[in-house]
Amino acid sequence: MAKTLFDKIWDRHVVRELPDGTSLIYIDRHLVHEVTSPQAFEGLRLTGRKVRHPELTFSTMDHNVPTDDTRLTIKDPISKAQVEALETNCKENGIHLYGIGDDHQGIVHVIGPEMGITVPGLTLVCGDSHTSTHGAFGTLAFGIGTSEVEHVLATQTLRQKKPKTFKVEFTGKLSPHVHSKDMVLKLIGMIGTAGGTGSVFEFCGEAVEALSMEARMTICNMSIEGGAKAGLIAPDQTTFDYILAEDRPFVPKGEALEKAMETWRKLPSDPDAKFDRTLTIDASKIAPQVSWGTSPGMVIDVDAPVPGLEEVPGYSAGDVQKALDYMGLEAGQKLTETPLDIVFIGSCTNSRIEDLRRAAAVLDGKKKAEHLRLMVVPGSQQVRKQAEAEGLDKVFLAAGAEWRWAGCSMCLAMNPDKLAPQERCASTSNRNFEGRQGAGGRTHLVSPEMAAAAAVAGHFVDIRTWKEGN
Amino acid sequence: MEAITTHRGIVAPLDRANVDTDQIIPKQFLKSIARTGFGPSAFFDWRYVLTGEPNPEFELNKPRYADRSILVTRNNFGCGSSREHAVWALAQDGYKVIIAPYRGEGDDFIPGFADIFKNNCSKNGVVTIELSEAQVETIFQAVYDEEGLEATVDLENQQLTLHGEAEVTFDFEYDASVKNKLLKGLDDIEESLLFVEDIEAFEKTHATWINQ
Repeated sequence: MAKTLFDKIWDRHVVRELPDGTSLIYIDRHLVHEVTSPQAFEGLRLTGRKVRHPELTFSTMDHNVPTDDTRLTIKDPISKAQVEALETNCKENGIHLYGIGDDHQGIVHVIGPEMGITVPGLTLVCGDSHTSTHGAFGTLAFGIGTSEVEHVLATQTLRQKKPKTFKVEFTGKLSPHVHSKDMVLKLIGMIGTAGGTGSVFEFCGEAVEALSMEARMTICNMSIEGGAKAGLIAPDQTTFDYILAEDRPFVPKGEALEKAMETWRKLPSDPDAKFDRTLTIDASKIAPQVSWGTSPGMVIDVDAPVPGLEEVPGYSAGDVQKALDYMGLEAGQKLTETPLDIVFIGSCTNSRIEDLRRAAAVLDGKKKAEHLRLMVVPGSQQVRKQAEAEGLDKVFLAAGAEWRWAGCSMCLAMNPDKLAPQERCASTSNRNFEGRQGAGGRTHLVSPEMAAAAAVAGHFVDIRTWKEGN
Repeated sequence: MEAITTHRGIVAPLDRANVDTDQIIPKQFLKSIARTGFGPSAFFDWRYVLTGEPNPEFELNKPRYADRSILVTRNNFGCGSSREHAVWALAQDGYKVIIAPYRGEGDDFIPGFADIFKNNCSKNGVVTIELSEAQVETIFQAVYDEEGLEATVDLENQQLTLHGEAEVTFDFEYDASVKNKLLKGLDDIEESLLFVEDIEAFEKTHATWINQ
C-alpha cells in the first residue's frame, strides 16, 4: 500500500501494538532542557529507575538563561536552582549537556540540527511544544509533557495513538520579501489554532521545496500553533546538503552514513499515498503577515486594516473584542501607522544564521527609529560566532541594536528579557498570547525581514514596497 | 496516580475559547523544580490584580464557585506550550474534570482540547470531557441559572449528569486506553516496562543513526 512520509517513519518505530489501540513507539532522540525535566528526573530517583539510553539524550539550557553580559551568573535564585538541577541530573545520568558558557549552548531546537543530532527518519521528542521544528528534516518530532519525559528517560519509548495525516501543499513561488514565516502564519490564519489538532502536517509543494533548511524549520516550528502534533517536510538534496555540509559531530559517518542515506532517500510520501485531510495554498498570493491579536490565528496581511468583531473566522465577537482591548487596538486601525516600542529578533522560530542575514540586509547602513529598542538574540553560540565572522554583529550594533548571547530570551520572558505592561513589540517569535513576552505586553508576530524594517520605520511597513523615508 | 471512577462536584464556568497554557500557568512559576505548589497560581494573570489581590472581575473568583471541582469552558482549551505545570496547577487548585466542546465531524472534527494538554491531563487523573457545542452551551446556561449547580461524572459509563432543577444526562466518548488507565489509576512507566523484552529485541535491529 502507498505510504506517506509519516507512515514510513511511524512503521519503522513500532515496538509493539498494544491491545488498547495504542502503540509502543521507540524514541531515537530525546532533547532535554532545564524547565520541563527536573520533576521527571526526580520521578526516576523516587522509583529507583535509570535513564535507559543516556547516549540518545541531549541537554542544554535555554529558557532561563540571561542573554546579556551577565549570562554566566544567573541572579534569580530560583532560575539558578533549576539550571543547577539540570547540571546535576545530567552528570548523575551521563547525559550530554551543553550548559551555560559552553561553545555549543543555545536554544534546544537550534542546536539539535546544528550538531547533527537531528537527521531524517527519526522519532525525536522534547518537553517543549516547539519540538515540531525538527520535522523540517523529515523526522517525526513532537513536544511532550514532563510525565512523558520521565517515560522516555526510563523506557526510550512512548505509548501513542496514531495521529491523522494532514497534507498542506503550497503551490507556486513566493513573492520577493515573503518568507516561510508568512506561509505558516497564513496557514494558521486559515485553519485556526485548533485546525491541525490530532494531526501531523506534511508540508509540500513547489514553494516548500524551494525553501532552505532554516526556512523549513520556521514552518515546522509553528505547526503546534496550528494545533498539530508535528509538521514534516520530506528530505531532499537541500536536507542532505545541510546535514553533510559542515562538521556536525553526531551525523553518522562512512558506511553507516551510506546505509542511512539509502533509507532516507526512500522516505518521501509515495505519489499515490492518501492523507486524511488536504489543503492547497497558492504561495504566490501570500502577502507579508502580521498578527494583530492574542492568538496566532489572529493574523492579517500587513496592508490590511485590523478586523472588526464579526470579521475573524473561527473567533467569536467576544474573543475578538477581548483581543482588541488587550492589544490596545481598534477595528479599522492600520498596523503600518501604529508605533512600536520594541523589536525582538530571535527565538526557536527565527534566530538562525539565515534569519540574521535577512535582518542584517535590511538594517545595513540604517539606524533603528530613535524611540524604540531593538534586540537581536542569536539562537545558539555557534550562530553568534558565525554572524560575527560575517560581520553581521557590526551591522546590528551600527543600527543601534543590542547584540545578545544565545537563549530563548524575550520569546517567553522566563529570563530577564521581558516586555513592560502595554509595551508593543514586533517579534519574530511564535506566540502572541496575553502576557507571553511579559505581563501586559503586546506582541505582533512577523518575519525577521519585516521586524528589521519595522525597527527602522518605528512601525510596521509593507516590506514589498518600502523604501526608507517613505 | 489515584484512580477516578465517578466524581460529583460544583461546576464553574470559564467563558473563553483558546485558553492557552501560558494563561493557565504563567512562565514565572515554571522555574520551580517541585511538582507541587502550583494551585494558587492557576490563571494567575486573570485571577489577581497587579497588587496581588484577587480580581473581583474574574468569574472564577466569584464566591458561588469557591468550592468548584468541575470546569466548563470553550473550544481548544490548553493550547500552546506543552508545560505539564498547567495540569498540575489545575489539579492542585481542585479541578478534577474539565468540559470543552468539540467542533465539526468526520475529517473536519476538531477536539475540544489541545493534544499535549489532554495527554498531560490523562497522566494526572484529570478527566477531560468533550461534548457538542450545543451541549456545552446548555451547561453554561445551567451554571449561570443556578448557584451551586452540581454535576456527576461517571467515567465507567461515560455519562455526565447535571443536577439542576431537571436532571439532564449527556453521554460522552472516551478513549478506551485512557479510560482504563484512569479507572485503575495505572502508572504508565510500570505498564510499559512490562514490555521491556520487546524493547530489547527491537533495539537489536533498529538503527538510531547516531555517530557516537
